[in-house]
Amino acid sequence: MFKTLRVFFLIVFFFSLSLIIAMPRELPVQFALAGRQVDFMLKRPVLNLNLFGRPFQRDFELKQGLDILGGMQLVLRAQMGNVPVEDRTTALDAAKEVIQRRVDLYGVSEPVVQTSQVGDEYRIIVELAGVTNPDEALQLIGTTAQLDFRLENATPSADATASAFAYFNSFQRTGLTGKELKRSAVQFDSQTGEPVVSLEFNSEGVEKFAAVTQANTGRILAIFLDEFPVSLPRISTPILTGQAIISGDFTIEQAKQLNIQLNAGALPVPIEIIEQRTIGASLGQKAVQDSIRAGVIGLSLVILFMMLYYGWKGVLSSISLVVYAVFTIAVYKLLGITVTLPGIAGLLLSIGMAVDSNILIFERLKEELRLGKPFNQAMELGFGRAWDSIKDANVVTIFTALILINPLDLSFLNRSGLVKGFGVTLLIGVVISLFTGLVVTRTLMRLFLKEISPEKPSKA
Amino acid sequence: MRFRNFYFLFSLCFLIPGIISLVLFGLRPAIDFTGGSLLELRTEQAETPSREQVQEAAGEIYQVSSVQNSGAGQFIIRGVSISNDQKLELENKLSTTLGPLNEVRFETVGPTLGRELLQKTVFAIILASVGITFYVARQFRSFKYGVCAILAMFHDTFILLGAFSLLGKFFNIEVDVLFVTALLTTLSFSVHDTIVVFDRIRETLRRNARFSFKEVANAAVLETLGRSMNNSMTIIIMLLSLVLLGGETIRWFALALLIGAVTGTYSSTFTAVPLLTVWDDLAQWWRNRKR
Repeated sequence: MFKTLRVFFLIVFFFSLSLIIAMPRELPVQFALAGRQVDFMLKRPVLNLNLFGRPFQRDFELKQGLDILGGMQLVLRAQMGNVPVEDRTTALDAAKEVIQRRVDLYGVSEPVVQTSQVGDEYRIIVELAGVTNPDEALQLIGTTAQLDFRLENATPSADATASAFAYFNSFQRTGLTGKELKRSAVQFDSQTGEPVVSLEFNSEGVEKFAAVTQANTGRILAIFLDEFPVSLPRISTPILTGQAIISGDFTIEQAKQLNIQLNAGALPVPIEIIEQRTIGASLGQKAVQDSIRAGVIGLSLVILFMMLYYGWKGVLSSISLVVYAVFTIAVYKLLGITVTLPGIAGLLLSIGMAVDSNILIFERLKEELRLGKPFNQAMELGFGRAWDSIKDANVVTIFTALILINPLDLSFLNRSGLVKGFGVTLLIGVVISLFTGLVVTRTLMRLFLKEISPEKPSKA
Repeated sequence: MRFRNFYFLFSLCFLIPGIISLVLFGLRPAIDFTGGSLLELRTEQAETPSREQVQEAAGEIYQVSSVQNSGAGQFIIRGVSISNDQKLELENKLSTTLGPLNEVRFETVGPTLGRELLQKTVFAIILASVGITFYVARQFRSFKYGVCAILAMFHDTFILLGAFSLLGKFFNIEVDVLFVTALLTTLSFSVHDTIVVFDRIRETLRRNARFSFKEVANAAVLETLGRSMNNSMTIIIMLLSLVLLGGETIRWFALALLIGAVTGTYSSTFTAVPLLTVWDDLAQWWRNRKR
């Protein structure tokens, strides 16, 4: 009895915690209490912790998927025809790096840029949720990276010193571009052991580079990528061989980064759009409202059904169903799961399925009572017997959900976000419903159904 | 299990039209699988223009394969795969005859991607069915139960496929990635219920060795029927409200899940168990013949 109580309070504690997490950011509360008007705003706290030296921050907003928020999903194919096979992965990473930066410049919240290789196809997947002007974004992403070398102005004008933007604008083009750069690589200085980035120019580039470095020794020769400076090395000596080294206080990471960026310009991989999905925001918002309404009505009907059919036990299982719904939403928020429309369908479906374990248990209980066992014993037996069936039946659902989620990111299975969204909600649904269906309902029944005598088990 | 043949007949009533439709018309694959473009537009005109009207408005620049209403003043144009620039050109051209229009959705899928997705889908279905078969076989340590559960699963699969073949033929409903998701979920639904019934049969069999297999099966079905119905009831309530109220975007997905849930429930009790008794009868007949 004491143990049951303890479990009960634990459930109440976690339920309250989840309720706080699950509730919307601001919830207006308005009602009349004893003739007085109560009207205030409930605000959800924002979690901002320092866990083991790591900042842990959650603002508990549901992450909305592209199909709800509206936005654009692109699958780009890198045309690797002119790139030697061994350099293709590097080229793909480089192209991803460039696109990532362009997207960041565009200022979309949480953009996703991923690479994927299927057979001998090299792809980049870009997801921009909430982008308002897809045509413009497409322009931004679609162009091939441009790398060029520019000289610092020897006599900077007054306004060039005023802002960084004007300063970089004052750089002069040298005519040396990514086309003349053969390759770059991360190396280590033989004397200091520090990482450096080496450049190698092609025959055309050797001449141009020699001319530029001879005439401008001591000045800064900046490397611009897409009109944006990525490195500002100073010419220390004239370089006639076309083999240059950029040294500085690089960390290995920084050197790698620069190398990738240089390669992006040096390897202009043309990209081509092979899939594009643009969804207006209005479409998703309406669908969400419709689905939520459908969900609320469905949930009420299920609760009504359970109460009518199972009486008090139905009430208890309805309570655990509500606990289930709140837990689920809290878990979505805690794990940062992106909610898509199929995901919402999965959630509603899992609510329908969550009662299953309860129904199994109640039916078993009924049978045990029919055999003349006392209520308490029948209840425990019912739970025990039902568990076998529940376990077996749910393993299959979990298996299917895993195929849909494709957690190992296997290339021969689906990787579509929509399918994943459904799979994830289904999986979470099954796991949480096992807990609420068994632990919560059992605890509630142990506590509140003691008084029912075995002579009058529920109707049926 | 007295009405065994009636149950089979009932199943066939649903299976045969669907299979005929599958053979004759097949499924209507969405651009996810075939490649192509889909453009959803909102206009100020209440009436959806016909395919011919849209084709005429588009003129030379686009080959329209279908136009479908998708809500008040909204319609979906489908055709071959076009780029974003071509789409802008098309929208410009259309707006001269159809009036101002708003782009709601634009999707374009290259043909290679479509083929790739098709392969992935087929693979996922195979993986799921093989995995489930192995699980059921291991769980029951008996070939008999495993085969019957899988047959019931195929029963559900074909009813769902058949239903969408018919829907595709008569209502232009397309089969997309989400449909496949629903199909996979149906597989697990189907086995979910079957496992519960089979569990019960084995349990009763163990306790009451003196009853015939048919009697035991009968009793098990009767005992689990209430649970099975009630559980499906709650799932059906949720899905039905989603189909009716959930809006256009996931309506067909929800419908596919609903069909899967209904047939999954039906087949566990009225297909899997009768099949099991047929198997038992045949085994008995085989034993008698030998003797």
